[in-house]
Amino acid sequence: MRRVVYFIVALVVWLVLTWPFGTADSLQVILAGVGAAIIVSVMFHEVMPTEYKFLFSPVRVFWAIIYIPVFFYYILIANFDVVYRALHPKLPIKPGIVKIKTSLKTDAARVALANSITLTPGTLTVDLKDDGTMYIHWINIKSTDTEEATEYIAKKFEYFLAKIFE
Amino acid sequence: MIDFLGYMLVSVGIFFDISGCIGLVRFPDVYNRLQASTKCVTLGTIMILGGTALIIGTGAIAGKAIICAVFILITSPTAAHAISRGAHSAGISLTDKSIIDRYAEEK
Repeated sequence: MRRVVYFIVALVVWLVLTWPFGTADSLQVILAGVGAAIIVSVMFHEVMPTEYKFLFSPVRVFWAIIYIPVFFYYILIANFDVVYRALHPKLPIKPGIVKIKTSLKTDAARVALANSITLTPGTLTVDLKDDGTMYIHWINIKSTDTEEATEYIAKKFEYFLAKIFE
Repeated sequence: MIDFLGYMLVSVGIFFDISGCIGLVRFPDVYNRLQASTKCVTLGTIMILGGTALIIGTGAIAGKAIICAVFILITSPTAAHAISRGAHSAGISLTDKSIIDRYAEEK
């Protein structure tokens, strides 16, 4: 089942990348894509993520669609933040590495949280431990306490990601 | 109108990319530089791709631009995480302005 899902995903990516099919060689291109997708889905199904079930649940897909604009809003804020700090003559930074603790359980949710934290204002995930501890490089530290830092950094995403992945 | 929107997106994307590069030069250590480059280059490049898709406007190019945007959105923060973790394991210390390093304390 997992291999079938990865096969379909790989084939769709291939087809979009080679989309404007020429008349003469389109069959060849599609057959090459099928072959490559079979090889990829057989060889690499073990390293792929295992939590794809959320794709089949309408409620989770709905929350994922809600999450996209929220995510882009924070990315935009993060960019203006970096632009401000990079162009300010005095370079107003107060960096350091703080520790936070996430309540999310599944691997996919934690990876999504780590990537979301990296792309949002002033924070960069440095390391992630099995018990949910994350070390975050913060460009403008507001609190060095674990609880308060979690409140500032992770809470806004955890609400959505728990609904999508858990 | 759609052309105008596309050129606006490309311009703003280039502005963010340039700011990210300025941050890359001005910030003091590897972690702060990663912050600047990851955030700005991700959004800037996604905006340029989106603007290109709007200007050219055919389905094939738009599809490719969206696939590239998704790849950048997934790989760019992952790469930043790998580089920062590698730098920390290799013993590259934070800048003198830093006020705390919980990761080094607890390793």
